[in-house]
Amino acid sequence: MVFEGLSNKLQDTIKKLRGAGRVSEKDVKEIMREIKLALLEADVNFKVVKDFISKISERAVGQDVLESLTPGQQVIKIVHEELINLMGSENSKVTFSPRPPTVYMMVGLQGSGKTTTSGKLASLLRKQGKNPLLVACDVYRPAAIKQLQVVGGQLNVPVFSIGDKLNPVDIAKAALEHAKAKQHDLVIIDTAGRLHIDEELMDELLNIKSSVKPHEILLVVDSMTGQDAVNVAESFNEKLGIDGVVLTKLDGDTRGGAALSVRHVTGKPIKFAGMGEKLSDIEPFHADRMASRILGMGDVLSLIEKAQEAFDEKKALELEKKMRTQQFTLDDFLDQMQQLKKMGPLNEVLGMLPGVNAKALQNVDVDEKKMGHVEAIIKSMTKHERNDPGIINGSRRKRIAAGSGTTIQEVNKLLKDFEEMKKMMKAMTEMTKHSKKGLGKFKMPF
Amino acid sequence: MGFFDRLKEGLQKTRKGITEKIDQVLVSFGKIDDELFEELEEILITSDIGIETSMKIIEDLKKKVKENKLTDPSSIKKLLKEELIQILTENESELNIANSPCVITVIGVNGVGKTTSIGKIANLIKQKNKKVIMAAADTFRAAAIDQLEIWANRVGVDIIKQSEGSDPAAVVFDAVQAAKARKIDVLICDTAGRLHTKKNLMEELKKVSKVIDRELPGAARETLLVLDATTGQNAISQAKTFSEVADITGIVLTKLDGTAKGGIVIAIKSELKIPVKLIGVGEKMEDLQRFDAKEFVEALFE
Ligand SMILES: Nc1nc2c(ncn2[C@@H]2O[C@H](COP(=O)(O)OP(=O)(O)OP(=O)(O)O)[C@@H](O)[C@H]2O)c(=O)[nH]1
Ligand SMILES: Nc1nc2c(ncn2[C@@H]2O[C@H](COP(=O)(O)OP(=O)(O)OP(=O)(O)O)[C@@H](O)[C@H]2O)c(=O)[nH]1
Ligand SMILES: [Mg+2]
Ligand SMILES: [Mg+2]
Repeated sequence: MVFEGLSNKLQDTIKKLRGAGRVSEKDVKEIMREIKLALLEADVNFKVVKDFISKISERAVGQDVLESLTPGQQVIKIVHEELINLMGSENSKVTFSPRPPTVYMMVGLQGSGKTTTSGKLASLLRKQGKNPLLVACDVYRPAAIKQLQVVGGQLNVPVFSIGDKLNPVDIAKAALEHAKAKQHDLVIIDTAGRLHIDEELMDELLNIKSSVKPHEILLVVDSMTGQDAVNVAESFNEKLGIDGVVLTKLDGDTRGGAALSVRHVTGKPIKFAGMGEKLSDIEPFHADRMASRILGMGDVLSLIEKAQEAFDEKKALELEKKMRTQQFTLDDFLDQMQQLKKMGPLNEVLGMLPGVNAKALQNVDVDEKKMGHVEAIIKSMTKHERNDPGIINGSRRKRIAAGSGTTIQEVNKLLKDFEEMKKMMKAMTEMTKHSKKGLGKFKMPF
Repeated sequence: MGFFDRLKEGLQKTRKGITEKIDQVLVSFGKIDDELFEELEEILITSDIGIETSMKIIEDLKKKVKENKLTDPSSIKKLLKEELIQILTENESELNIANSPCVITVIGVNGVGKTTSIGKIANLIKQKNKKVIMAAADTFRAAAIDQLEIWANRVGVDIIKQSEGSDPAAVVFDAVQAAKARKIDVLICDTAGRLHTKKNLMEELKKVSKVIDRELPGAARETLLVLDATTGQNAISQAKTFSEVADITGIVLTKLDGTAKGGIVIAIKSELKIPVKLIGVGEKMEDLQRFDAKEFVEALFE
């Protein structure tokens, strides 16, 4: 998983830095390089990445994330939040003109998905009570008009076309008249794909704009676009003043860094996400999902949040101190276990424990049923017994086994494992001072 | 306007971008040091070459600089150019339609330019006095058949089609029979755009290929993957996944007439060894050219 890659890399980098003592600004730079690479891999434009990184660096330094127990995750969380901020934390909807018909104009590069998206929007907004008209203004691409007509036919939405002999400006004007006469309160103009550097065709769009005064100009962008996304978005926006963006083909496996690039250079909201070829495959754009996608981390973020909820740093620090000073009791153990349980799938969560290396845990087998037994055993002990397991003699063991519905053997095993664990902890804290390997043979008592 | 003029024009922005930046770097760094290499790496990345490939190229560059004890920063430009040409020229190959019958299958994700490229390719082949037919095996997308038909008319070749929604393999079967009966030299099959992540649609491609193998055993085959030059790193994923279901013989890189740098070609060549055979430089019938690595890199660095 990409996230793992990034997270591990960050964790390693940070560890290395910690070993050297104090963390300098130069060190932060090194961490930021990892993030920079991750974003570039996701096709975020290079310049945008640079801006973004400098912003993040400030925040990261300000928040002292490097002092925290899980700095790698902290950094990712900040990056994630900042990505969401940049791409728009609120849902941006399309708007309607107070004096209908509302006109939308779809623009963009060749093959980005304008015609398909026109159909999708018509269908979506009709469900919201609109009476849409699709307008065929692509007079260049072979069978473009037919394509829109087929789309309209599938949806039962009327398509306005007067062939490919007239110029698109006149078609748009005529369509507007037609819409008014036929009581359409929404007009969606499909235009031909064009390069942003094609001045003649860009002028044509400007002419359509000034003759029909669209309420919104929507730039349709293929989510697989690479570094060039900024040039395209910037040019279309400068020439036409776009109102929003539709990001298409997000049903694939693209990381979609273009989303960030486009948003960054235009400042205009991304309003919809195209999720497939079917005319129902359209969704409102979600910045949070997009941010996770760009970082390649899927659901892992929510896991981090869960971990953070369950482990407040203070408690974790206390715990670490107890471990170090050998004051870790069965009560602490129970407490930690219960916190763990709150977070769900254990194997996944364990790796997020402060100080626990995910790789080292790969061989640790977590049996949740056994964990339940362990819990019951500890709960059947007196406070005194939990603080000082040394006093637990034969008769006490018998009582505890009976009270917890387990066997004496299990009680014995727990006590033995706990002692071993304490020894391990001691060894571990000493080891981590010198080496990175650490937890290799560490055995959890469940 | 000749090809290279056209290409040069299309690449004007690219070239300016790259060379200006490189010059800037060379001016601002008196000697070759790590920071210089880092800057160069960044320049490659902004051309969509991708991090992995960029880093690899820079590593090679560093080695060569060391080996040759170079101290003059401007010599880097030349070295970098050589490096890129080397990647692109390794196992270079052209569209091979020498043997008849030949079947060209054109595949790729949505909207990259498959149908348009087929029109252009058909035109190119027809000019060589070969008999061409097209198979309209995109039976899915709205008006895809009509679009191909218009191209067939423009070029002046026959098209084999069924109705929208029919089985693509059946269309190809028909087309193969027609090709045999009419003693056609080249059959070009259009296919529906599909994202490489859709398993069932990828299986469909296998089925189409099987029909050709079964009905025209021993026929020369070209399977062209069409990539959009504006595409970023996902093109690598596309090339990888399509390779798993088809024996891709080459890439058609379209939309190079925009400002997209097309650096992804270098990444794909470097990582997957798939040669680029043709490039699309516009929407017109003649806007298709043979890919020439040397000229391509020259144009970038002129
Ligand atoms: N998988 C997927 N395919 C899409 C999506 N949106 C559009 N497409 C496909 O992308 C291709 C191009 O879509 P069009 O709607 O024709 O694009 P366009 O921008 O109108 O193209 P031009 O008019 O030629 O510039 C078609 O095959 C569509 O089915 C999407 O969200 N997901
Ligand atoms: N500027 C430019 N546009 C191109 C080029 N090649 C294709 N196009 C345009 O890109 C758009 C999509 O081309 P198509 O040939 O329909 O693409 P496709 O891959 O067949 O699309 P689907 O069948 O929907 O997947 C059309 O508007 C073409 O005119 C090119 O080299 N340069
Ligand atoms: Mg269209
Ligand atoms: Mg097509």
